[in-house]
Amino acid sequence: MTEQNERFEPVIVGFTCNWCSYRAADLAGTARVKYPPNVRLIRLMCSGRLDPTFVLRAFAQGADGVLVTGCHPGECHYLEQNYKTLRRFRLLQRTLNQIGLEPERLRLVWASAAEGVRLAREIATMVEDVRALGPLDWTGPGGTGSSAEREPSRDTAEVGA
Amino acid sequence: MTSAQEDGNGRRLDHRPRIGVYVCHCGSNIAGTVDVAELRTWAEQRLRHRGVVVARDYKFMCSSLGQELIAKDIKEHRLERVVVAACSPHLHEMTFRKACTQAGLNPFLCELASIREHVSWVHTDRTAATDKARAVIAGAVERVARNEPLEPMHVPVHPATLVVGGGIAGIQAALEIADAGYPVYLVERDPSIGGHMAQFDKTFPTLDCAACILTPRMVSAGTHDNITLLTWSEVEKVDGYVGNFAVTVRKKPRYIDTALCTGCGICQEKCPKKVIDEVYESGLAYRKAVYTPFPQAVPKYPVIDARNCTYFLKGKCRACEKFCPTGAIDFEQAEERITLEVGSIILATGYDLFDPRRVTQYGFGRLANVFSSLEFERMTNSAGPTNGEIVLRDGKTRPETVGIIHCVGSRDRNFNNYCSAICCMQSLKFAHLVKERTEATVYNFYIDMRTPAKAYDEFYQRVLEEGTLFVRGKVAEVTETARLPRETGRLVIQVEDTLAGKQRRIAVDMVVLSAALEPRHDSADVAKRFGISCSHDGWFIEKHPKLDPVSTMTEGIFIAGCATGPKDIPATVAQGAAAAARVLGHIQQGQIELEPIRASVIEERCSGCRICNDLCPFGAITFVDERMLTEINPVLCQGCGTCIAACPAGAITGTGYSNDQILAQIDGLLLRALDVPDSEPTLV
Repeated sequence: MTEQNERFEPVIVGFTCNWCSYRAADLAGTARVKYPPNVRLIRLMCSGRLDPTFVLRAFAQGADGVLVTGCHPGECHYLEQNYKTLRRFRLLQRTLNQIGLEPERLRLVWASAAEGVRLAREIATMVEDVRALGPLDWTGPGGTGSSAEREPSRDTAEVGA
Repeated sequence: MTSAQEDGNGRRLDHRPRIGVYVCHCGSNIAGTVDVAELRTWAEQRLRHRGVVVARDYKFMCSSLGQELIAKDIKEHRLERVVVAACSPHLHEMTFRKACTQAGLNPFLCELASIREHVSWVHTDRTAATDKARAVIAGAVERVARNEPLEPMHVPVHPATLVVGGGIAGIQAALEIADAGYPVYLVERDPSIGGHMAQFDKTFPTLDCAACILTPRMVSAGTHDNITLLTWSEVEKVDGYVGNFAVTVRKKPRYIDTALCTGCGICQEKCPKKVIDEVYESGLAYRKAVYTPFPQAVPKYPVIDARNCTYFLKGKCRACEKFCPTGAIDFEQAEERITLEVGSIILATGYDLFDPRRVTQYGFGRLANVFSSLEFERMTNSAGPTNGEIVLRDGKTRPETVGIIHCVGSRDRNFNNYCSAICCMQSLKFAHLVKERTEATVYNFYIDMRTPAKAYDEFYQRVLEEGTLFVRGKVAEVTETARLPRETGRLVIQVEDTLAGKQRRIAVDMVVLSAALEPRHDSADVAKRFGISCSHDGWFIEKHPKLDPVSTMTEGIFIAGCATGPKDIPATVAQGAAAAARVLGHIQQGQIELEPIRASVIEERCSGCRICNDLCPFGAITFVDERMLTEINPVLCQGCGTCIAACPAGAITGTGYSNDQILAQIDGLLLRALDVPDSEPTLV
């Protein structure tokens, strides 16, 4: 198998809110809406729970992209916590850009519990965008070795072997 | 951002708990796309060093046999944690938690890995789906190792209930709860309860008189000792949470002292100002500026419509005041705000009728003899503007031919994709009433005939036998432009008859448009006010569309009737009763169980910086001046975790969603820790 023929399969960690985007992902499932298998979802009670450290951790541990999702502004289950998410997200985005991370690797998407189709579409777009960027070349303190090692299909293939 | 580093990030587990992994086939729902046997062997072998001592796959984990399998393993393998890789936790988390409890394991030590909704149902490539399922399971295994045993929280439930909306759904819900002996506040924004049903004359398929079956219910609701009616009122604000809501209701001024008013109606008789009644009479008749919407209104007290009252507009008149025998008119009355304490809320806010003007080619509002379905309902009502006579807009001419058009604004990509559920039956009812009361020829223009409930299709057969003509096809336009002599002065319906396979022009005298049911124009605002969600159409979203149709994702708030989607009267009544049953369950328990997901402050780490102090919208965070540190009130905390993420000292921690758990899950999802047997998540 040669590197040229192998299509790069990015790994994206997606943070979801229990009340909206996680349910949107459930709805996409129930409705059998298809999207690429590159995103792995984590459920939080609210996007406001997202400690920016979680995002850094995901990148450091091999994610090529991180998707943050929450309720639409004004529709937060906890009234207004997604506004705080937005503030943190902007700061984090700036910080990550300063250390050289491509902005496309971190994305914020609002998705209500009814928007399964929309969430699936956003995921598909993000997967393509990150695929175009290629593997994350992260050589921070947590990163070891070359980006190829973090290439997911190999990672799982090794584990699965 | 350093919180995670301080708080347990990288903390090694002193003891790696014994974990069981259970992979569900869900028939072929999961097994069809994911290699479940492979997942089991993989978990057993490759996750052994992560604590997995047993892994199994089974056809239906949620079945009693599947649950017994887990229970047996908990005992035999001395399991300390359980991971079930199956459907979404929103579906079966409770099932597996209960199974664990019965086997003596704390329910919160069980974790679900969603490999159906998030894997097998959304992916097609078997290898890729199985790989992703591995990651999801690894994430759950890493997380569950750090789960802590928790005890569910209990909050007391206030025995009073708020029902919003006084249509048949709200009335039914209120009566059920009141009859069970508990207090209800029934809030209605119009002057009377009754809702849309009060406007109808006959109800399909039984042709019961709507008023005859509705008014006794209205009266019961109005006179019930346990029901406080708040008509001409709107909910302005909702504070609190399940069990203990504080609801602010704005009582609009009636300008009538209800303590003195006897409902004699003299004020309405004497009022000189006539106003077109756009609400109850659908614009077909006048009411006065002081009015009750209809004779059987509950409560019987009128309201003065300040926007149209001559006294309010010009400063003089006060005719009603002069003639009122009890001196009940009070022009000085002001808006009032009252706060209600309730434990549960039922939203039964109903629907709006689609405005048929939007389908411009059907001519409603432009062509005089095109009527909306609600106008026609009023016209057929014996207490309505024409005393039940079916006549043209001139008020006297009887139509010789009537065309009834189905699906106006529903099943139409330009407006609403959904079927409004009641229009077919309503149109059949209209056809029957025209046949019953006139000699007219009746055409029904339909796309598909939908008559699925009890005795509905029999009614369709009856209308067919009565001689109503049915044309299958979507009407292209309604026009008054005549092409043939017989069309002159009449309305022409241009339609493709899809059964005959040809275009037809049918001349009629009257057209009735069976308009769609739409969500209330302000349903999104109402949803926001009560903290629930709307679909993109605007209908309220139920917790589960099939299994929990009257609950919402917000504990303590229930929904019923057309506010959740178009439905007929029997279904609406059933939902009202269902919502009441859910509420009564809570009230009779006296308390409800909540997920123990709460934030708390680790005092020795809190520096008193107050960064978290302004973050809580529930006021759960307070600063204790004497001790110079922050405290979190677990009763007020709703568990969102925003403060945990914000604390720079990592001094706030959250049950169920600790930094430890989340970071470990991230590592697991990325399958990083797996290759190094003794590795633990390390610092970023």
